[in-house]
Amino acid sequence: MTSLLTVASHLGLIAMVMSLTHLIPIAVSLAYDDGTQNAFVLSMAVNFAVGYFAWIATRRRRRDLTPRDGILLVVLAWCGGAAFATLPLLLGIPGLSITDAYFETVSGLTTAGSTVLSGLDTLAPSLNIWRGLLQWLGGMGLIVLAVAILPLLGVGGRQIFRAETPGPMKDKKLTPRIKETAKGLWMVYALISIACAVCYHWAGMNWFDAFMHMFSTMSLGGFSNYDASFGKFDSPLIEFVAIVFMLIASLNFGSHFLAFRARSVAPYRRDPEAGLCMLILLSSCLGIALYLLAKGVYADFWTALRFASFNVVSIASTTGYANADFNLWPIFAPMWMLFLCSFASCSGSTGGGIKLIRAQLLYIQIYREFVKLLHPNAVNPAKLKGHVIENKVIFSVLAFLFIYIASIVSMTLLLLASGLDALTAFSAVVACINNMGPGLNQVGPATTFAVLTDFQTWICTFAMLLGRLELFTLLIVFTPVFWRR
Amino acid sequence: MKIVILGAGQVGSSVAENLVSEANDITVVDTNAERLRMLADRLDLRTVVGNAAHPATLENAGARDADLILAVTQSDETNLVACKLAATMFNIPTKIARIRSADYLSHPEIFSAENFSVDVPICPEQILTDYIVKLLEFPEALQVLEFAHGKVSLVAVRAFHGGPLVGHEISYLRSHMPQIDARVAAIFRQDSAILPEGQTVCEADDEVFFVAATENIRGVMRELRRMDKPVKRVMIGGGGNIGRRLAKAIEERYEVKIIEYNKATAERLATELNKTLVLVGDVTDEELLQAENIGDMDVYCALTNDDENNIMSSLLAKRLGVRKVIALINRGSYVNLLQSGRIDIAISPVQATIGTLLARVRRGDVAAVHSLRRGAAEALELVAHGDARSSRVVGRKIEDIDLPKGATIGALVRRRELPARKNEESRHEDQVIIAHHDTVIEADDHVIVFVVNRRMISKVEKLFQVDVGFV
Repeated sequence: MTSLLTVASHLGLIAMVMSLTHLIPIAVSLAYDDGTQNAFVLSMAVNFAVGYFAWIATRRRRRDLTPRDGILLVVLAWCGGAAFATLPLLLGIPGLSITDAYFETVSGLTTAGSTVLSGLDTLAPSLNIWRGLLQWLGGMGLIVLAVAILPLLGVGGRQIFRAETPGPMKDKKLTPRIKETAKGLWMVYALISIACAVCYHWAGMNWFDAFMHMFSTMSLGGFSNYDASFGKFDSPLIEFVAIVFMLIASLNFGSHFLAFRARSVAPYRRDPEAGLCMLILLSSCLGIALYLLAKGVYADFWTALRFASFNVVSIASTTGYANADFNLWPIFAPMWMLFLCSFASCSGSTGGGIKLIRAQLLYIQIYREFVKLLHPNAVNPAKLKGHVIENKVIFSVLAFLFIYIASIVSMTLLLLASGLDALTAFSAVVACINNMGPGLNQVGPATTFAVLTDFQTWICTFAMLLGRLELFTLLIVFTPVFWRR
Repeated sequence: MKIVILGAGQVGSSVAENLVSEANDITVVDTNAERLRMLADRLDLRTVVGNAAHPATLENAGARDADLILAVTQSDETNLVACKLAATMFNIPTKIARIRSADYLSHPEIFSAENFSVDVPICPEQILTDYIVKLLEFPEALQVLEFAHGKVSLVAVRAFHGGPLVGHEISYLRSHMPQIDARVAAIFRQDSAILPEGQTVCEADDEVFFVAATENIRGVMRELRRMDKPVKRVMIGGGGNIGRRLAKAIEERYEVKIIEYNKATAERLATELNKTLVLVGDVTDEELLQAENIGDMDVYCALTNDDENNIMSSLLAKRLGVRKVIALINRGSYVNLLQSGRIDIAISPVQATIGTLLARVRRGDVAAVHSLRRGAAEALELVAHGDARSSRVVGRKIEDIDLPKGATIGALVRRRELPARKNEESRHEDQVIIAHHDTVIEADDHVIVFVVNRRMISKVEKLFQVDVGFV
């Protein structure tokens, strides 16, 4: 019981701080006079009041967070945060169902970027900016932000930081104190974000579009305020800017932080993922371009390269923008992109999937098995860039992959049972669990997730949360052992 | 403050634990990854695996911008080398090393800047030995801590029925013995602190902390409890580092018996010690204790390196009739279990040594720090600098100083220049002034502050800091 009260207390504080984020859409709403300011003010008030109540009511029962409290806190912060964030949407868009609103906010916070809304071009600017803002906050992580600015989470902060940070090796600290690490990450994130918005504006967007797309580019989310996404601009320069910042955001922000602090590129060279990530993404761009050219989808190489590279980087980095309906490309190309999105972004980035480092560790482990078959007596530790990886890390990666595949299979089966076709079901699950965005066929880039039934929407919502919290954190809450005293 | 701690043993971990909550950036280095992982799970700090005497390890641990390095690995040599590296390669301003070997300690020149550059060599065993020697000298006290080179003492005493002050208001102390000046700094009643005022009534079983000039402490203790007979016979259990040092220090003054389990060690002890009776045997062996007349001993000190053995043999000795037992207990939870129970005094080696380190970590000019009640409270000796304009303490009466709640000023030590005699360098005399509400603090006074709640310490530090602009 004390455990729940402690968690409630911390959640209350987080809710109070997060309610301040409503100020941005309120300002936008007033500037554009789009008539939604009351929805946001009401939502902010509710958010703050609930948070304040939870904080005050439990202030005498507060204690340090145990690892279990930390996990519960993270899960509740994400599920509850998304629930509170639906308020402006429900108030501002008449006729939106709760299921769809929750899907939309989860899709925002988890940086999936799948949408159930259409007619985005005519949606109130404040609601669009709210969607973008959710993605930007969810990108670096709500909890990381909370740890950075709330004094209270000091020691327990480490526990919850771990539950939210993507990647298999969560104990790597950039600074001695977790608060400083969190602050550093957010600072780098914010700085690159500003640069991104400025570049978008320079490339031809108006400031509103620049910020809106910066939010979803930096978080590798993929929301746009146009139904046609980047197709609306039809500008190679803007697409180029987007590609550059999507590539930056799919690297580990820890490396960005170290590079920024040391004013050198050496940290990227030490990063076991960065080089490989760039290699995979850029060579895939070229490969898909040549493939599309050979299949006759595009007539000349440069057009093929433009559409291939934008869509490949967008999908592989789990952003989910589109400037062409890749659903119509020969099936190998979109499948390869779906394949990439499940592992191509780095740990500590804002992207989804199993992260490149896990893929590398799996490869190393398979290689070790081969060596063991040939030389039964060989001493053969798993090494990555000269560092020995403990066996327990390898084991946890194996378990992670198993749960990942099991989740994809079981949720695809559920969607199939509920009546979807195979390609839609599979691609929807992959798109959601990797926090990528659009799938194929019925949920392809040219359509939305609105075609799904409520049940199917909830499955997809769950898949997005599962992917963002990296499986274990969310699933463990459903195990009896978690609730045993 | 950025602090690098080398060695995640008992001292290293406890220091980290004590400092981590005070907005310090702490990095702990050790060769044992498992031990570091356990530490990092508990505390918000960074860990680095590696040999503490290697430049690369220190570099990784952030030695480049560290403010203080604390070398407390198992090996004296590693600690020395680490300090040297810290000085030459990384320019770390403060370097503290644990040096256990008496041989090194007897040559202070090797710690100088051109040699191993150790600013403060500390020897926990020596600090503990001194601590126990004090307790033997004042068997009524729970703790005797010295400030200003021994001029002032802070004493913790448990009040008993029969002490003249027990059942009276504290202000009664002054009228009852006008010739002795002392100040009650804090009273702990059932583990919660009471900030004493003139009309606070002192009850039996209270743990009373008072500050007095060292020569007066016996007199003050007499007010609080019936005095014991002076100690004559001491039995020591365990002839390790601490037991041996203690025996050596006290064998001239008391009749000492020491029990050591290991025969070879016992023989070495016997060669080294002159008057002490060295016994080979188990400290938890009832028959041995009985045969050696434990019942007639005044004090039994259980000083083996095993908590459980110390506790068991102390309890046994107490049942066999020894007047007082002192036990060395490392684990905090054991100390809390036992302190007010049948073991008279539980000493935690870490708590006894940590003050020396804290004095270096505290901001401002801090001459000495003693950590009390397992780190919950602290007594500091701060030097008041500046003048009435730049300082918030100098030139003010104590009642006008804006002390945070939970802090009390116990005493001042003021240095007075005496007229120089012929053929002599300037002479001075340290004068102890016990604090009263109208005492005025002067520049360069050493002020002894007692802080009941450690969260207030940073406020006390700030209070004593001189305003920027004053050079």
